[in-house]
Formats: sequence, structure tokens, C-alpha cells
Amino acid sequence: MTREDIIKPENLVCTRPELLNGTQMHYCPGCSHGVVHKLVAEIIGEMGLAGRCIGVSPVGCAVFAYRYIDIDWQEAAHGRAPAVATACKRLWPDRLVFTYQGDGDMACIGTAETLHALNRGENITLIFINNAIYGMTGGQMAPTTLVGQKTATCPYGRDPEIHGWPLNITELAAKLEGTAYVTRQSVHNVAAIRRAKRALRHAFENSMAGKGSNLVEIVSTCPSGWKLSPIKANEWLEEHMLAYYKPGDLKDR
Amino acid sequence: MNDESLLLKGNEAIARAAIRCGCDGYFGYPITPQSEVLETLAELRPWETTGMVVVQAESEVAAINMIYGGGGTGKRVMTSSSSIGIALMQETISYMAGAEIPGLIVNVQRGGPGLGTIQPSQADYFQATRGGGNGDYCVPVLAPASVQEMADFVDLGFELAFRYRNPVMILSDGVIGQMMEKVVLPPQKPRRTDEQIARECPWAANGLGHGKRPCNVLTSVELDPVVMEQRNLHLQRKYAEISTNEVRCEEVLCADADYIIVAFGSAARISHKAVEEARRKGIRAGLFRPVTLWPFPEKEIRRLAESAKGMLVVEMNAGQMVLDVRLAAENRVPVTHFGRQGGIVPSPDEILDALRQLQF
Repeated sequence: MTREDIIKPENLVCTRPELLNGTQMHYCPGCSHGVVHKLVAEIIGEMGLAGRCIGVSPVGCAVFAYRYIDIDWQEAAHGRAPAVATACKRLWPDRLVFTYQGDGDMACIGTAETLHALNRGENITLIFINNAIYGMTGGQMAPTTLVGQKTATCPYGRDPEIHGWPLNITELAAKLEGTAYVTRQSVHNVAAIRRAKRALRHAFENSMAGKGSNLVEIVSTCPSGWKLSPIKANEWLEEHMLAYYKPGDLKDR
Repeated sequence: MNDESLLLKGNEAIARAAIRCGCDGYFGYPITPQSEVLETLAELRPWETTGMVVVQAESEVAAINMIYGGGGTGKRVMTSSSSIGIALMQETISYMAGAEIPGLIVNVQRGGPGLGTIQPSQADYFQATRGGGNGDYCVPVLAPASVQEMADFVDLGFELAFRYRNPVMILSDGVIGQMMEKVVLPPQKPRRTDEQIARECPWAANGLGHGKRPCNVLTSVELDPVVMEQRNLHLQRKYAEISTNEVRCEEVLCADADYIIVAFGSAARISHKAVEEARRKGIRAGLFRPVTLWPFPEKEIRRLAESAKGMLVVEMNAGQMVLDVRLAAENRVPVTHFGRQGGIVPSPDEILDALRQLQF
């Protein structure tokens, strides 16, 4: 059997989604962003919404998300993506509008915009990449950094006496009347990726059906920020991150 | 609805003019002395008539980011606030300039610094004309001196914002915002259809990408300095074009004037009174009113500086526009300043006294 015999459409089990344009990503090896980007591109394609979709990218590692997924994008100021998305959706109600934000963007500088957009029940989806660290600026403490976790700005470990407690914004979101679907997922193994895809699709469907706001947290790895290899980072995520940020649906109205 | 004459506050005129000129969305946060803009819109419920969206945002920061988002989709969107709230918006006004997103921002100024006072002021001249945010950028600034101009400048503001893909500011103050005058509202213009927006704003990121046209991305970030410099140069060329084409000003009795008062907004109205009084007393005074504060009417002031004996700049601040007048006058003529601050509105008599001092 030659190589050409094997490479045939009927033998294809996995391919790059059409909307993922092939631009080489700037993300580090083992980082969750690439997987989540792929899922987002897949779902938009499967739902047939590529020509009816506005993505809002954040400030942080995903600031350049618009380079990789072929849809219309607006790059928002730090933390303000939910406000930007609010206007996009109110003015174009038939569009799929989503934000893609990290923990600093969503749970720290943008807490007000996040909670108010969710509480107004805007028919949008917020995708929340929680890797418990500031990746782009070089590994500083995030609002979601775990107690005891070491970062560049808490080099002796997060101490609640000095740094306060990790902020669980997803739990807060689940309490708000305006949210339709609030879930926490991860993409550290195949089973988790499949669950995360189902969750993202459910959130996008809710947004299009006008059911209210949706928050999909993806507990993510940051091997560079955590100073771990990709494999060790996945292990650390399972052992520490998922112990505190427990996966599963928090609300599905 | 055709031309309609109403007695309105300046803030109410802004709101009604927004509906009339086919505005797609207003996003704002209450602050004195401009809350009537949002209140009037809430009362009139334009979402039931023209389909205009009205949202009370959680902060001025959120409101201006809604303008970023809405303007980025090619819709005519606006916000209004007062001094402190406008200070909060500066980051995203800079982002809008960088990403070339149109939008209209109304500042009904109050006194500062800090929480200051709810009384009228013109102390945000620097903030408006020098770019309160980071980076090299400019925002066209329209300064209304009547309730009628509050109404007229909404449509003009949108026209400029979309012609140049840039945020535009109406710099008003608590006097014009709160006072009532007769206003002729423009006839009702329909909101643009989605098809019109697709045609007129091919750059807009409104979800029509993928297949129908290349995907649109609106961003102000660029890590390659060579590309970033080119982007900056492109913006500067655009600002030069605006400076050439969009200067607006008004001259009152300037032709034979020995002494010229330069003032904008409500200070210009009071100065107009002072000029009339001066003429009665035999002083050949005139009023020059910049309507656009950026671009600033430099050539016009330089021309007047050739023949005048002196210029008095009257402002409700410690002396801000006076610097632009001096630059434009190029030492051809003495330029002095008279200002009241902290919410005090000057009287025509005070201005006349300042004019007399200029005579000697």
C-alpha cells in the first residue's frame, strides 16, 4: 500500500476545520488556546454561521485570535469585550456574537462588563480561558491564581492574607438571572475536548435562540507561565486546577 | 414627521435629533448635567418607532466600548456624558481612532478637576482637542453655541464620523445642555438598511464576512513597528485632510473690528452680548467663534490678527484655547485671556471690562 493509497478522502478521520485558516499560531506548545480555537472554528462551520458571526477578541494571549479564524472580528480594549459584544448583538440580533477572553481580561479588569452583560441577559456567549496566570505579560498573578501557586508577582505562592482569594467568576455568573447556560469545561484530554465542544455548541445555540447570556469557562493550561512541560501541565491541571475549579454545568436553563 | 419647532433643553434636542437623523443606537450612563439625553430617549421609546437601540450601560467605560462595538459594525451609534465620564472614556476613544471606528461622543461639560462641580465649564478643551487618550490621534470637535446647534451637530457629527472613519465629539457645556430654546428639528431620516451599511461600510465587522466579502478585522494592535509607523502615517494623512476640509467658524462684526473676542460655545453667546454693548459704547469690537475646535480655524485667526489691534479670548476655564489663538496669531497682535472657573459663568459686563483693559 502506497502513501497515495492511504491519503484519500474516505480514510480521513480528522481535518483542519475550514474556518481555521492555517496561519501559524503564536501560542506555546501545550497551551489550550489552540484546541479551543479549533473547537470554535468547527462549531461555527457546522452551524453554518460563518457569514453571520462577529467574534470579539481580548487583550491577553488571545489578542490575535482574529488571525486564525476566518470570521469578522473586533479587537476590544482590556476587559471590555462583553460591552463591545453587547452593542454588536443588540444592533445585529441575527448574528452569532461571542467574546473570547482570558482570566485577567474577564475576571479582573473586566469584571464589571462581564457581570453586567451576563446579568442583562445579552444573547451572547462569553468564552473564558482560565489558566490561572497572566500568559502574555510573562506569568504574573491572575485573579484565578490558586492559593499557594507561584507566579512572577507572588513568587512565594499566592497568600490570601496578602493577595486575596481566587475569584470564581463562573460561580457568580451562575447566580445571575440573565444567564441561560453557565458551564466549566477543560480540553486536557480527548473526552474533555468532546464535552467542551458540546458545551460551546449549546452556548452558541442558546445565543442564536435568544435564551440569554452564556458563559463557557475552559480550565486551561499555560505551560510557559506554569514553567512545566505540556504533559506535566496537563497533569498539574488535573490535580490542582480541576480540584478547585470543578468541571461540569453550573446552570442550564 | 417634518420640520417641527419645539421648545427644548439642549440635552433633549440631542436626544430628539438623534432619533430624527436615523441613529441606530445610544449607549450611556447618567451624569449631571446631561442625564436628560438618556431620560428623553427612554421616554420617547424610539425602539418602537425607528428601531433605535437604547441601553443604559453599567459605566461610561462600558458605554464607550458599546460605541466601539456598534460603530465597528457600521451602525450610527452615540453616547453622551459630562467631563468626568468623558475622562473615563478616553482609552477607548484612542482605540476607536486607532482602529478607525466611527462614533459620536457628546460632552456636556461641568467644572473640574476631579468630581468638581455640576455647574457649567469649558475646562475640557485640552482633553477634547489634544486627545485625552494615548498615542498620536485627533478627534474632530464641534462646539455648539445654541440648542439649535445641539440638534444640528448630531447629524453633522455622524456625517463626519463616517466620512473619515473616526470618532467625533460634540463639546457642549452645562449652559447649553440645560437651557431651553426654540429648535427646528430636522425631518425624520430613515435608519440605513443592512444592505446600505454593507455597501457604504465595506470595512465594517458586522458578520457579513466569509464568502460575501473578505473577513473584516478591526484592531489597533500591531507588533511590527514598520507596519505600525505606516498606520500612524496613514492616520496623520487623514487628519491633514480633515484639517483642510472641515474647519468651521463664525464671524460677527469682525470686518471693521479693532478688537476681537474669540470664544466658543456658551462663552461665545455671552461674548456676543458684550460685543453689542461695546459697539454701543463706540468700541469697534467683533466676535470670532470657532465652531470646530479641532481642526482649529488657524488661518482665519491669522487673517484677523493682521488688521486687529488686540484679541481677547473668553473661556470658562483658566486659559486653554487662548494658547491655540496665540499660536495662530503668531505675535501679530496682543492676545489676552479672560476666564471664569469652577462653574461660574461670566457676565457680559465682566467681558466688556476685560475688553477695555485690552484697549490700553
